[in-house]
Amino acid sequence: MRIVVLTKPVPDPASGQDRLGPDWRVDRAAAPAVLNGNDEYALEAALRLVEAHGGEITLLAMAPPSAPETLRKGLAMGADRAVLVTDPALAGSDIPSTVAVLAAALRDLEADLVLAGIDTSDGFAGVVPAALATTLRLPLLSNAAAIEPDPAAGRVRVRRIVQGGYDVLEAPLPALVSCTQALGAPRYPSLKGIMAARSKEIAVRSLADLGPLPRPVGGAVAETVVVAVDPPPPRGATRTVRAPAAEAAREIAEFLAARRLLP
Amino acid sequence: MVVSSTPPGYELTEEQRLVRDTVRALADDRIAPRAAEIDRTGEFPWDVKALLAEHDLLGLGIPAEYGGVGADLLSVCLAVEQVSRVCATSGLIIAVQELASLPIVLAGTDEQRRRWLPDLAAGRQLVAFALTEPEAGSDAAAVRTRAVRDGDDYVIEGTKRFITHGSIADLVVVFAVTDPEADRHGRMSAFVVERDRPGFRVARLEHKMGIRGSPTAELVFDGVRIPAGNRLGAEGEGFAIAMRTFERSRPAIAAQAVGIAQGALEVATAYARTRRQFGRPIGDFQMVAALLADMDAATEAARQLLYRACTVIERGGPDAARWAAIAKLVAGDAAMRVTTDAVQVLGGYGYVDEYPVERMMRDAKITQLYEGTQQIQRLVVARALLGRE
Repeated sequence: MRIVVLTKPVPDPASGQDRLGPDWRVDRAAAPAVLNGNDEYALEAALRLVEAHGGEITLLAMAPPSAPETLRKGLAMGADRAVLVTDPALAGSDIPSTVAVLAAALRDLEADLVLAGIDTSDGFAGVVPAALATTLRLPLLSNAAAIEPDPAAGRVRVRRIVQGGYDVLEAPLPALVSCTQALGAPRYPSLKGIMAARSKEIAVRSLADLGPLPRPVGGAVAETVVVAVDPPPPRGATRTVRAPAAEAAREIAEFLAARRLLP
Repeated sequence: MVVSSTPPGYELTEEQRLVRDTVRALADDRIAPRAAEIDRTGEFPWDVKALLAEHDLLGLGIPAEYGGVGADLLSVCLAVEQVSRVCATSGLIIAVQELASLPIVLAGTDEQRRRWLPDLAAGRQLVAFALTEPEAGSDAAAVRTRAVRDGDDYVIEGTKRFITHGSIADLVVVFAVTDPEADRHGRMSAFVVERDRPGFRVARLEHKMGIRGSPTAELVFDGVRIPAGNRLGAEGEGFAIAMRTFERSRPAIAAQAVGIAQGALEVATAYARTRRQFGRPIGDFQMVAALLADMDAATEAARQLLYRACTVIERGGPDAARWAAIAKLVAGDAAMRVTTDAVQVLGGYGYVDEYPVERMMRDAKITQLYEGTQQIQRLVVARALLGRE
């Protein structure tokens, strides 16, 4: 199976740095970049599918030119190659631009499955997978908790998380699946994987390389603008329970029950 | 005028940063939660050893053609540093596997490397380095253990002490006297002894102040017969093999020291932010803030010196032993001072096992002692300075 995993370098949420610049855009120089957490779950799902069914994995990213260092981790985890679309004009892109660019890049890649994390920790819109599937006229299987392809039959089955349980969806390949953390935690790269990643290809493409797009793209035509940002209210007083496990569990349960937070 | 450019290797490469970050995540998620228990029980953490093997961390420095990762010395040190930051016993597993496989890498024939290195690289086997004896510590050339040639075999007779992993290793690299009449540096040869050879036994385990999960054994070789094909290098090359090994193993111990210091610094900093006395976080008080600043400066200085030493040693040359000794000397002293000050920052809480800094302080002390005491490091540096052997 040929699997493309959408991967986005995002500011490291653990860095503790303020991630927004004065224009409320994400300041990508303020904090070191890491692979978006949910994309790592999608990549892990892809790695397990390839281990079970054979095939190869391509990472696709639209990101600043510094992205290869971040993508290298995905290659060290086991992806075979990466494609990076980068262009100065793409800084400040909104969702329609992102989708148009990724769709154009995906048309050049032959894929049986496109996997995406359900959202990204910098933008949080969570609509790129759906918009991309619509643009490419691919079946969208969202909120996946399990992915079971049948490559011989050219079909894929997905468990979609819904309130109170899950739906089982089936679609013909190629299809686009948005991946939840229920698929299983991403692996750490092995040291041999890190050494092997050195020789894997990261193909860099500019906007011009993608050819004509159906709409203008980039920061200059962004339709969504952040107009205000408010920090979350400060956290209330914290109570620490220090007691042997059984006693502590009872104390915590009583605390929650008193606030009607237990079923 | 010649304008000096930044020396190559001064910045970590993309690959080295990925090694560092990967091992740090692994250490934080999987090893840190075990550290206190490993120290308390004093049991070797077989689960951590399996985890390290699974991620190729036991074959880091072993060449790729023999099943290892083939990483450079600095990458090995980055891994040891990151694991030691949360658990010095676990960091030592990587360092010892690296140290004790070095004689095979440096002096083994192709056949010997093929025989032993793949199992070591995969972590299927552990290896120990047995040079020290009850009467031969700093004076390494005073080894008394004998290896007597008998036909196609050698028969080894003697006692080794303070051997890290000695009781759990599948292979032991043993340094023994083959020619008592030769001069100090030509008396010894190096041998690989498999643990199931008759006459080999573990006489006792030490009860230690720190690195308590790491078994330190006294080994007895009571007429242990091994084939001549288990000798590494030529007869009489043992001392030279040991010294070449130290050029690469001392940086690994320096990395352990830097990691311990960094771990203690992080605990103390977090504590100083949250612990309130006199109505303010104690980090607001200049006497505490100055302690933290000095701890950071000492740790960073030791780290950058170590990284520089690694690139010099990797390049090879006559100055390698001096750089290895300086890095170990500075890092070991930094670890001791920084962990002691971390206990000071935490006050009474630092002295009890509710926080990890008392463990780190006990663990730090060994980095001033093994792989050559700090006094031996100074001797190496002074000899290089004064041009004396």
